Amino acid sequence: MGMSLFTPLSWNDSGFILTGVLNTVYISLVAITIGTVLGLAVGFLRAESNRVTNTLLGGVLDILRSVPLIIQLILFSTYIGAMGHPLNPFAAGSIVLSLYTMAFMGEVFRGGFESVPQSMVVAGRSLGMSYWQTVLYIRLPIGMRAVFPSWLGVALSVIKDSALVSVIGYMELLRTSEQLISRTQQPLEILLGVGLFYFIISYPLSLYGKYVERKMAI
Amino acid sequence: MEYVFHWNIVFQKMPQLLHGAFVTLHLSVSAMLIGIVIAVLLAIAKMSKSRIYSLPATIWVEIARNTPALFQIYMAYFGLGALGIHLSPYVAVLSALIFVNAGYLTETFRGGFQSIPETQYNASKSLGMSSIQVYRYIILPQMFRRIYHPMTNQFVWSILMSSLGILVGMNELSGETQRLQSLSFRTLEFFIVAAIMYFIITKFVLLSASLVSKKLFKGDI
Amino acid sequence: MIKIQGVYKSFDELEVLKGVDLDVKKGEVISVIGGSGSGKSTLLYCINGIEKIQQGNIIVDEIDVHAKGTNRDNLRQRLGMVFQQFNSFPHLTVLENASLAPRIVKKLKKKEAIEIAKEELNNVGLSDKFDEYPTRMSGGQQQRLAIARALAMKPEYMLFDEVTSALDPELVGEVLDTLRMLSDAGMTMICVTHEIAFAREVSDKIAFFHQGIIEELGTPEQVISNPQKETTQKFLSKVLH
Repeated sequence: MGMSLFTPLSWNDSGFILTGVLNTVYISLVAITIGTVLGLAVGFLRAESNRVTNTLLGGVLDILRSVPLIIQLILFSTYIGAMGHPLNPFAAGSIVLSLYTMAFMGEVFRGGFESVPQSMVVAGRSLGMSYWQTVLYIRLPIGMRAVFPSWLGVALSVIKDSALVSVIGYMELLRTSEQLISRTQQPLEILLGVGLFYFIISYPLSLYGKYVERKMAI
Repeated sequence: MEYVFHWNIVFQKMPQLLHGAFVTLHLSVSAMLIGIVIAVLLAIAKMSKSRIYSLPATIWVEIARNTPALFQIYMAYFGLGALGIHLSPYVAVLSALIFVNAGYLTETFRGGFQSIPETQYNASKSLGMSSIQVYRYIILPQMFRRIYHPMTNQFVWSILMSSLGILVGMNELSGETQRLQSLSFRTLEFFIVAAIMYFIITKFVLLSASLVSKKLFKGDI
Repeated sequence: MIKIQGVYKSFDELEVLKGVDLDVKKGEVISVIGGSGSGKSTLLYCINGIEKIQQGNIIVDEIDVHAKGTNRDNLRQRLGMVFQQFNSFPHLTVLENASLAPRIVKKLKKKEAIEIAKEELNNVGLSDKFDEYPTRMSGGQQQRLAIARALAMKPEYMLFDEVTSALDPELVGEVLDTLRMLSDAGMTMICVTHEIAFAREVSDKIAFFHQGIIEELGTPEQVISNPQKETTQKFLSKVLH
């Protein structure tokens, strides 16, 4: 690279930016999916289990929610590195972000399960449904509907929080733009583009969440 | 591979870490207080019938809610820098947190205000209260109950997000931890202690908030 | 036939049933009346095994409901139950509400389950509501849906737990009509109810419940027109005037 030190932003950079965009979408989807599945399990356990299990489980989730994500990312990747099993940034980031998502989804789903009146479950049992059938056909669908707006809220914050995975070297959108900024010295244009990208994904979904919430309130 | 923990160096640096924690608290308390003041103004503007007031408020709120905090901090630090406005890391992180807090709290305040039925206002008026008395004794106390918990959560969020200061070389808890570990290479030890300190701070905030709420709001809630 | 023999039931300290005996023959309609808190609803919950009992036996068609090895999920297919709160499933349409249990509990083919559900919904007068969601229907319609939902399992017995108590007065009639139709069709029914006039009209027997036991049992003429016990007389004079 014998040219000049700084080169302006050009169309040649679009592939690089697209990689960043896709990586952000990719890790967000992974974290939301895994976090939702684990969150369902955890939320169900918390709604069903006795005090002791509940307190223990609640404590673990509490830690995940009370320590900044950035610290969790640094700690996890440093730890597995120190143990001699380093993971690539995507894998390490996915694990931390998924567990972090699980901690929030768990509370959302617990609320969902608990919002289903016991009488509804009894009605199911009186029709001959087994315990698990009432979970699958009654509590899950009714509870999940009730908390859909909250679920969407958590999912949106995960998309935004995924930007932090850049600190352990994952090439998501913000990190690719950071690199472009240091090459082009055009921070304003690049950052505005990045902001616009997040906004375009997040804003319509948040409107949809509000719409659903309003519809459910009637 | 066996990792041997060395805690001594961390304890030696405890004063610096505690100072970092103090900066974190200082930063998030300031971001919260200023955010509340702006949010009150934005909420009033947003409820205004005139779009000249409501539109800018809406834009502020939606940008704050729909972009990552890290983006806000980069904007304040690098973005404004390009316009010749050079903020120190502290001011950059502070302004980003204020921006986001104000955005979220605007919606909290607006929702709290709108959740009080108009009948409360009419009922108070029928008792002969002045408008100011209605707000002072009837509307605001009820509203405060409803926004108390969302406000507490926003404060906790501020504390956790102030950790992004690490990315612009600030000296709050995370940035300080980063600096100290880079001098000694005891990354795990330093960040474990930082994690514990964050946990204690947020638990302390939540616990005091719930104690205060029990004192303030007797009976219901 | 349902045989209830010496049943005791308590919730922690509180004794709710204190030795209940009752036989229900095939085709009989039995109404259970009595003050609130007398334990009449609890008895229904014990019959289909949703609540456990501490002493005694409940035998449904030779099956001991509360015995260890009893498959109560199977048993409940014989015992339809309708509740005070309608408990319609809000996430399912009317047709889905009525066809869900036949499909997943009886493992019928979807087509078959829908066929049966439609038939039962027609019988309770909801033929124009198949694709409606229950939350948009009146209480009376929801309660009729609950009845059709239970009937779609083709139960041998129906248990009704104060099914008109949560209804607005003008909606009570349509639900009682549905119950009348069922009794005319020969369904075996146990109705816990506050509707004394209705009970007198449709029941073969009436059981008066008081403080966890059956104080008086007999034909409507015996129990309502000519009560022997003082507690029965007191209760009737309170509700009939």
